[in-house]
Amino acid sequence: MRKLKGWKEIPIGAMIVEPGSSVEFEVSSWRTFKPVFDKKKCTKCGMCWIFCPEGAINLNKDGTYDVNLSFCKGCGICQRACAVKAITMVKEG
Amino acid sequence: MKRVGLSGNYAVAYAAKMADVDLIAAYPITPQTPIVEKLSEFVANGELEAEYINVESEHSALSACVGASLTGARVFTATSSQGLAYMHEVLFMASGLRTPIVMANVNRALSTPLNIWNDHSDAMAERDSGWIQLWVTSAQEAFDATLEAFKIAEEVLLPVMVNLDGFILSHTYEPVVLPDESLVREFVPPKPMLNRVSPKFAYSIGVVGPPEIYYEMKYQVVDAIENSRHKIKEIDKEFGNKFGREYKFVNEYMMEDADYALVTMGALTGTAKVVVNALRKEGEKVGVVSIRCFRPFPKEDLVALLEGVKGVGVMDRAVMPGGPSNPLFADIATALYGSSRRPLLQNFVAGLGGRDVSVEEFKAMFGLVKDVVREGRPRSCIYVGLRE
Ligand code: SF4
Ligand code: SF4
Repeated sequence: MRKLKGWKEIPIGAMIVEPGSSVEFEVSSWRTFKPVFDKKKCTKCGMCWIFCPEGAINLNKDGTYDVNLSFCKGCGICQRACAVKAITMVKEG
Repeated sequence: MKRVGLSGNYAVAYAAKMADVDLIAAYPITPQTPIVEKLSEFVANGELEAEYINVESEHSALSACVGASLTGARVFTATSSQGLAYMHEVLFMASGLRTPIVMANVNRALSTPLNIWNDHSDAMAERDSGWIQLWVTSAQEAFDATLEAFKIAEEVLLPVMVNLDGFILSHTYEPVVLPDESLVREFVPPKPMLNRVSPKFAYSIGVVGPPEIYYEMKYQVVDAIENSRHKIKEIDKEFGNKFGREYKFVNEYMMEDADYALVTMGALTGTAKVVVNALRKEGEKVGVVSIRCFRPFPKEDLVALLEGVKGVGVMDRAVMPGGPSNPLFADIATALYGSSRRPLLQNFVAGLGGRDVSVEEFKAMFGLVKDVVREGRPRSCIYVGLRE
């Protein structure tokens, strides 16, 4: 997450000159629950990765999956998608 | 250079033609129509090489201008009243996208009741849209301001609205000096725009600005219009050197020793000056101040002119229903708030929906300003010529 730019540094005319600028923004501040992955239960089926509407789930080297909490909205869809109940929605502290 | 008889509308059309616009997108509306009629004629007979887009509404007209402007084209549109209101949301986009669009707005009252005549309610309703607003008082000024508008818009990257009073200016023929086209080209040369859509430069426009970024982007427009003041003055000076006429932000008449003044905007300034001449003959120390550049608001110029004057009447030609005063008065009162030598201010509303404001009524306003100073406090807004 990069530091947010001041008004003097932003290109004028609401132009976005670099692609992928949305990664600069933390878009998860309204989350109340976060998914917690149990690697031992995970069958590496990839359903959570397919269903996550935010693209917030990333593939680990070992074939299991994890969440990037900067983008996860806490919707719980991944939990529903997981057939072996490897994902638990835990209330944010 | 030649001197010709032109209506205010035609003067604007000639200016847009001489500025060699690349694209015109407009929808006809009274009393603006002759501007775009004339321009379509210029395009049709080959005098002007430009794209003329017939659109189905003002919303589309301005949208087409925004798109074209983003490609680096010099664009022009014209409208009035309901047409301007219909452009409302696109006006804010044009300033936010920093498109240097020039528009003539031929001032006309807003419905209801439907009225095609002149007042300032259309432009006042778009006061906060981030457009520079110039106001003219003659056909010559309409021509000159339109030319200046192209240069201002392209230098500060903000859209500019040139306001001229419907019928009083738009349809009245006056002598207008048209400069040589070569001189005009020198003044507004073809200019590559900053935000140009091109295959070489990929970027996204019309993007979402979440709470983390909207504020900063909006402030850029605030800063641009605030800082456009010196650029506008510079361009006006350059215009003066080239064409022999200079306008300033605020025009003053008989203000050197004035005790009482009236602030106006637009064509009725002429009547106010006639009345000042008459009152001066009777020994009254009166003057007129007319605002030419309404956005950015000429705070400093006005303070310099009005400080030390005993009483100042502000004539609004639009109302702000339920507000503490009317729009022009509110701005002037705000500009003078910090001054310890501020005059007593009295708000007037006059000439709504094309109602004539007579010489007698102007005299009465000056008289009322004097009364108010004698009484030591302003009265609530006086609606001149309103029947009870
Ligand atoms: S909770 Fe929703 S947003 Fe977060 S990882 Fe699961 S599916 Fe994606
Ligand atoms: S859906 Fe469940 S089992 Fe399948 S990859 Fe995701 S966490 Fe593992």
